[in-house]
Amino acid sequence: MQLTVNGVPHSFEQNPNLSQLLETLNLTGKRLAVERNSEIVPRSQFGDTLLADGDKLEIVVAVGGG
Amino acid sequence: MDELIIAGKAYSSRLLIGTGKYKDFDETRRAVEESGAQIVTVAIRRTNIGQTAGEPSLLDALPPSKFTYLPNTAGCYSADDAIRTLRLARELLDGHDLVKLEVLGDPKTLYPNMVETIHAAEVLVRDGFKVMVYTSDDPIIAKQLEEIGCVAVMPLASLIGSGMGILNPWNLQIIIDNAKVPVIVDAGVGTASDAAIAMELGCDGVLMNTAIAGAGNPVLMASAMKKAVQAGREAFLAGRMPKKLYSASPSSPTTGLIS
Repeated sequence: MQLTVNGVPHSFEQNPNLSQLLETLNLTGKRLAVERNSEIVPRSQFGDTLLADGDKLEIVVAVGGG
Repeated sequence: MDELIIAGKAYSSRLLIGTGKYKDFDETRRAVEESGAQIVTVAIRRTNIGQTAGEPSLLDALPPSKFTYLPNTAGCYSADDAIRTLRLARELLDGHDLVKLEVLGDPKTLYPNMVETIHAAEVLVRDGFKVMVYTSDDPIIAKQLEEIGCVAVMPLASLIGSGMGILNPWNLQIIIDNAKVPVIVDAGVGTASDAAIAMELGCDGVLMNTAIAGAGNPVLMASAMKKAVQAGREAFLAGRMPKKLYSASPSSPTTGLIS
């Protein structure tokens, strides 16, 4: 299955849930927010959110800005 | 105590600063601390994938427990993008709802698109956000943003990052005179005197980033800006002397001179 994460395609053998995806991407424990197909996924639901082929994810953080 | 009240919360500092363009997080932290700012703007961006764990982050340098974060929508050119960005910011910052809305209209001037800004402000206010809004210095638009329910209006002094200073004090004065919410000059301040002039006009605060981050010595400029905002505020509260055109008034006694 294929996911698009921050505009970049990623392939997986099995459908991960969102927590597993973040772990694979080395992002566990980071302060971030996630949009799945333009809908925000609350942090409390990461483990329950099973990702599907074709999902588009945006993973954002706070950075320096004016 | 002369405090800045935004959305019911009191701040002792009237200087709000951005956290972009610094050399590193240590310089960011030192400049913010020197400025005395309590509200700091941050941007929301895609995280780097494959980033090494433990890499320093802005949130380590400036703990959200110590500062009021003001997530912005810098780089957004439509109401929809701005709204999406701030909903992500609210999730990222555990429900924090004080935000800076800016919707840009042109990549060269970064001039705001006020039609999109107004659309976004209406949606965000309905959605429970406390919106501090970047605006052109049009007094009618500023009033409309206030009527929509924005908690502060933030007119530009000049273009973002230009350092051109306060180009239209007359418009700012009309906005200040009409506003019932705080007016914060956002963008265009270049040096300390610009910040002081904004405050002397009666602005409630000044928001800046490049004027500090782009200075030769950002930490020293942060200190200068802190003093300029305080000096300008005190001058405003004190009430300046009336200007006398073409006529002097001696400061020393006119009697008792030797002859």
